[in-house]
Amino acid sequence: MSRFRVSVHIVPRMGVLDPQGHAVADALHSLGFAQVRDVRVGRHVVVDADADTPEAAGDAVRTMCERLLANPVIEDFEIASIARP
Amino acid sequence: MRFGIVTFPGSNSDIDAYQAVVDGIGEEAVMLWHKAHDLEGADVVVLPGGFAYGDYLRAGAIARFSPIMREVCAFADRGGRVLAICNGFQIACEAGLLPGALVRNAGLMFLGESIRVRVASTETAFTNAYAPGQILRLPIAHGDGRYVADPCVIELLEGEGRVVMRYVDAAGDATTAGNPNGSTRNIAGIINAAGNVLGLMPHPERAADPLLGAPDGLPMFESLVARVAA
Repeated sequence: MSRFRVSVHIVPRMGVLDPQGHAVADALHSLGFAQVRDVRVGRHVVVDADADTPEAAGDAVRTMCERLLANPVIEDFEIASIARP
Repeated sequence: MRFGIVTFPGSNSDIDAYQAVVDGIGEEAVMLWHKAHDLEGADVVVLPGGFAYGDYLRAGAIARFSPIMREVCAFADRGGRVLAICNGFQIACEAGLLPGALVRNAGLMFLGESIRVRVASTETAFTNAYAPGQILRLPIAHGDGRYVADPCVIELLEGEGRVVMRYVDAAGDATTAGNPNGSTRNIAGIINAAGNVLGLMPHPERAADPLLGAPDGLPMFESLVARVAA
């Protein structure tokens, strides 16, 4: 067993109105960032977990996302990185 | 008959629900702690409003794993009636008792105000004491009340008449102006396919005493008594 640090990005699904993202996009526009087309605001969750391999750590966190960390009705998730802490 | 009212850490409308049952309609109520494994013979379970577990992660996401929720879900599977109000609605969606989800209000603001809803269906165990199309004044108090679901789910709800309440404007129409939180199709409340789990964002239990304005929420509790006793 080794310890792995798994980072997950959870963002509102495309097609689900994200008013926070809109508000941030409006603020960026008013700062002069005219190139901004869309902003989505989500969560970044970091899980330290024991596993035999990085793949096993990633699989476990994927299951955690499906069961608790993300709500598939409104959110998409993506494992951003798996590293030694 | 006996109402079982669940108290999660962070519930704040559980006592209002108790008073609506005991003082409002003269029935029995028992408080159920979230760590309990027994519904104590409740005929109806109320999942009350509040901020269970601080709404950490997502509203209702942690509460749905409370020990009592295993009993509540089994009770609902057996056809037991569950009234899920505000935070309770969010918990019921997270638990899979109802489809869809409640997300951040379109205007981003927490809303604490009196709104209008139209009773879209009086064929349910929760609304049979209302007149068809009746417009109610009920309070809302939520930051995450915008109902969303996949388009196919919305069509299913509409097709089966399971949208029980809609937000309406002063003229009684389900317009954008009458929609406080941006909910899909002005949806304020829905019922499950079996007709025994109702979720709604407005607070009927906070409109159950004439001292606090029109007691438009009381008939919801009266409906349950009429149906369960029958």
